[in-house]
Amino acid sequence: MTVHKPRPHDAAPLHVAGAARYVDDIPLPANTLHLAFGLSTVARGRVVSMDLSAVRAAPGVALVLTWRDLPGHNDVSPYPLFREPMLAEDEVFYLGMPLFLVAADSHLAARKAARLAKVEYEELPALLTLDDAIAADARFEEGPRIYGRGDLAEGFGAATHIVEGSFEVGGQEHFYLEGMVAAALPQEGGDMIVHASSQHPTEIQHKVAEALHRSMNAVRVEVRRMGGGFGGKESQGNALACACAVVADRTGRSAKMRYDRDDDMMITGKRHDFRIVYRAGCDAEGRITAVEFTQYCRCGWSPDLSLPVADRAMLHADNAYFIPNIRITSHRMITHTQSNTAFRGFGGPQGMVGIERVLDHLAHAVGRDPVEVRRLNYYAAPAGADPATPQPGAAHRFGGAHSPKDWLPQPQTTPYGQEVEDFLLHEMTEALLTSSDYAARRAAIAEWNAANPLLKRGIAFSPVKFGISFTLTHLNQAGALVHVYQDGSIHLNHGGTEMGQGLFQKVAQVAADRFGVPLETVKITATDTAKVPNTSATAASSGTDLNGMAVKAACDEIRDRLARFVAERQQADAATVRFADGRVHVGTESFPFAEVIRDAWMARVSLSSTGFYATPKIVWDRIRGQGRPFYYFAYGAAVTEVVIDTLTGENRILRADILHDCGASLNPALDIGQIEGGYVQGAGWLTTEELVWDQSGRLRTHAPSTYKIPACSDRPPVFNVALWEAANREDTIYRSKAVGEPPLMLGISALLALSDAVAACGDGSVYPALDAPATAERVLWAVRRVRGGA
Amino acid sequence: METTFLLNGETVRVASDPTTTLLDWLRERRGLTGTKEGCNEGDCGACTVMVRDETGARALNACILFLPQLQGKAVVTVEGLAAPDGTPHPVQSAMVAHHGSQCGFCTPGFVVSMATAHLNGRRDFDDQLAGNLCRCTGYAPIIRAAEAAADALVPGHLAAPPELPVAEADPQGTAFRPTSADALAEWYAAHPDATLIAGATDVGLWVTKQLRDLAPVAFLGGCADLKAITVTDTEIRFGAMATLTDVLEAVRPHHADMAEMIRRYGSVQVRNAATIGGNIANGSPIGDSPPALIALGATLHLRHGPARRSLPLEDFFLAYGKQDRAPGEFVEAVSIPRQPDRLKCYKLSKRFDQDISAVCGCFNLIVTGGTVTAARIAFGGMAGTPKRASAVETALTGQPWTEATVRAALPAFETDFTPLSDMRASAAYRMEAAKGMLLRYFHEDQGTSARVLEVRA
Repeated sequence: MTVHKPRPHDAAPLHVAGAARYVDDIPLPANTLHLAFGLSTVARGRVVSMDLSAVRAAPGVALVLTWRDLPGHNDVSPYPLFREPMLAEDEVFYLGMPLFLVAADSHLAARKAARLAKVEYEELPALLTLDDAIAADARFEEGPRIYGRGDLAEGFGAATHIVEGSFEVGGQEHFYLEGMVAAALPQEGGDMIVHASSQHPTEIQHKVAEALHRSMNAVRVEVRRMGGGFGGKESQGNALACACAVVADRTGRSAKMRYDRDDDMMITGKRHDFRIVYRAGCDAEGRITAVEFTQYCRCGWSPDLSLPVADRAMLHADNAYFIPNIRITSHRMITHTQSNTAFRGFGGPQGMVGIERVLDHLAHAVGRDPVEVRRLNYYAAPAGADPATPQPGAAHRFGGAHSPKDWLPQPQTTPYGQEVEDFLLHEMTEALLTSSDYAARRAAIAEWNAANPLLKRGIAFSPVKFGISFTLTHLNQAGALVHVYQDGSIHLNHGGTEMGQGLFQKVAQVAADRFGVPLETVKITATDTAKVPNTSATAASSGTDLNGMAVKAACDEIRDRLARFVAERQQADAATVRFADGRVHVGTESFPFAEVIRDAWMARVSLSSTGFYATPKIVWDRIRGQGRPFYYFAYGAAVTEVVIDTLTGENRILRADILHDCGASLNPALDIGQIEGGYVQGAGWLTTEELVWDQSGRLRTHAPSTYKIPACSDRPPVFNVALWEAANREDTIYRSKAVGEPPLMLGISALLALSDAVAACGDGSVYPALDAPATAERVLWAVRRVRGGA
Repeated sequence: METTFLLNGETVRVASDPTTTLLDWLRERRGLTGTKEGCNEGDCGACTVMVRDETGARALNACILFLPQLQGKAVVTVEGLAAPDGTPHPVQSAMVAHHGSQCGFCTPGFVVSMATAHLNGRRDFDDQLAGNLCRCTGYAPIIRAAEAAADALVPGHLAAPPELPVAEADPQGTAFRPTSADALAEWYAAHPDATLIAGATDVGLWVTKQLRDLAPVAFLGGCADLKAITVTDTEIRFGAMATLTDVLEAVRPHHADMAEMIRRYGSVQVRNAATIGGNIANGSPIGDSPPALIALGATLHLRHGPARRSLPLEDFFLAYGKQDRAPGEFVEAVSIPRQPDRLKCYKLSKRFDQDISAVCGCFNLIVTGGTVTAARIAFGGMAGTPKRASAVETALTGQPWTEATVRAALPAFETDFTPLSDMRASAAYRMEAAKGMLLRYFHEDQGTSARVLEVRA
């Protein structure tokens, strides 16, 4: 077996040697042109004049293009109903928007030249904040989307406690360590090969074809790896690839473009910041009777992926809780700032942190431990697991010692009508509270706080229930291409991209397992639109689920041919042929895999196959907000302890304990890596990572000197991560579960722990109402609030 | 100009523009693409290289390291970590075994930082790696790898100090490379418009971000006499070219809290390059060493040609962007009087490590018989320059050392400072935090626990 094993990342030996090749490392012809965009210096305005003579005259400059010089569509939008110009035409819509394109003989020469333009604007009023956009009613779609169920008036009528608030949730810069980059190599007959740091090679192919006014079969896109993506490279690399292709096509020279870090942060979108206005009611024990959310989502200037992001925020406004009466109203607001885009969780984190804030607030109102209020409101654990068909690791989960007493016979449904069939959090919560020693620590913290006038500790628990599937149903498909060569070596290709998550290794483990050969037999190759066409973005945590299944299908096709061949030769039943230990077993005999392959080749058996997979069961109506958008849910839970300084608001994570559900993990080492990294990234989003724009619309935090992702010492000094070993009830690849995005939301516990520490500063009468990111400054103001100082 | 140095064991002689960075040269000219560009400003560490000379091995950021700074030194890049026979360095093997890489882009920088720490026998990994950002792993597996490799022997090819190349004389001389303060003084007096490059942690960004042409320039790395730190019975004198790493070690026995503040100043890579003279001379209102030095009563020593003058450090900072420094005059040294250690330094930033201060408050109060008999308090981030809190000092001096005195002195902050709002903090927060720091100084003096960094789970 090569699956369920903690194999290191396939490229780790190359990473540590500096030998892993990223796009900027690919050797290109010596006459390659290097590109840079000239950027708008105002947030919104009409371009009155643009004098590029100094740019053209700058040393090393070969070519300067404006939108008028483009041969095809001037559009890099991933959203089919909106044109997002690669180069601004008559009007600019944000400060940092590309205006013109410089091609020069070096990266530095291009950057220097790009700053020499003389552009006159007629400045127009810019909408920079959510308040600006709300006041102007500047929005995408005709009005808000509204999902919900039940009767709010009835729900609030039944409430003994009602809380209200408005919660600001900041955005987040991806800060992939490798900035955006692409390169284009012109081929004969107008064809183009593009190397891109992209999560979505097919879309790059599509947009480059449009930009060149050619069909998609003229463009081949290859992605070996990205130096981090996190959603940032799902759509926003289109501009670089198109720019390179246009220049390469026009000059016949290879072209490469990479954004300097500051340009990258000034040009590209980030995680959407949200304002979440809430009103929630519960009974005397804390059982929720009604919740009303109004989510204001700041999209930036273009739709990009904002609509599905905002949808997913609505779909996670319940998180783990059954809410009988709920309405979620979602406004997708336009501002003249970078176009916000996909970021790990894709709106889910914002929706989830909103309901966790509500639970925290309700617990404060009823005066109970927030964990107890959370558990009280959990979805019921259904009795649905059929004991007659036990699944690995799952059969004992229901009806066990920790099962709730009052479970319902039928699964409860989410506000959007999906049954919650495998709600694991009752038992996971119990296990985590025990392993983290939550109750005793909470008591000890109270004691410590009583003895410490200046420093206060806090502790908090938060759960994660995250829906797995693209909500745009047609994206839930994948293809693969597998070759077995005559020496028995295997060449593996699929539509997923590698951005560090270990997708390639997991999929290789699948292929090796299907053929029963050592992992080393499988060669993992770069994602290539010429090998597997029409791929979906590697996003929505779906990479392994989709591509693993497609690879399995391809392998099984070849394996079945081999089994038939061997069975016929040995006069056996093909169904009895087994592939294991590097051999093919038939009856009492077995043959080395490579020998069988050679024989099959000689016997003219095809040793190559495609594979295809489409996720079953999902149906979704995003306008009505009803259906089953998700194949299944992934679960997790975290307990975080923090300390704050009441004089300055400085704060620190002291310990985190995590229990996370990866189904039957394909690779526990890679999965734990996603969990540790996701937690720290999520905690960073909610603590130190603050995006600041000034009054002109200029992003002031456009480099790591001013935008602070967690550093080494910001990780929890005590950091316990464990996997919940239970097979997925759905028939996913080896019963594993997706793990890319869900762990990010474990970081919500850090924000809640800070809130708990702040609450300890007052007499308990005032709810801290801590906005995110909870910088030292926000923590200090919250401390002042609970102490009555406003 | 030409620079001679050892690159992964091979002597290279490179003709370049004076402000060509090592990173660009490695990647674009030499074809060594293992060293990565993550930010091009010294904040992410993806471009970390090991630089060795007579004083030892240091991790430095190649993106803001100009080629001429390497004259006569040895550079080890990620490609040079494995043994000649291909055996990986112990930190490389440990990073694979402990799953320390995901996307892999930061990894070359990490392994070079780890190998340098390993060579130097350092095990304070959080500090050694504070200058390397990783967005994937959450750092835990990287630290596990560092710990796992800590006891391994230093590989043979790195164990012995390298045989440094003899730097050949620069035939062109488009940039000046003085080897003494006297030579610098004479040249700079004659070229007062020149840019002096010490550690290049700030000047580097003028090139990589502001895209400025700096000629003429002088590289001060060869001025050994400017690097000296001398401790006498009456003073501690820091040569302007002393790096923050050297300052940290020198000051630790005398003013532990200043050392702790410097521990959070930049990162290992930045402290290994940045100089105390540069931190003062650039006049930044948010440099971290001036407030501490001012609180300690520092004297600044300036030189112009053969002429020298000294002034209280706080008097050097005239206004935002304006210092009391004549054309052709340079910082030669800064000195502090020996004194009992009453200094506390409070550096406030969004992130604890490797972040520029929103406010840096340094307090040095003498309490005799329960009465404040002297007070020196200085702040960075509260004004257009590093500045003393004179009104607060006055409000405290002569008063009993009590919380009531402290609270009574707090309004004086409004007299001393009118801070600004920016992306690091609002004006109101800066003011409240500054007041909070004075309260913290008092409470710490009474033995009350007041530092979140000292709390353990």
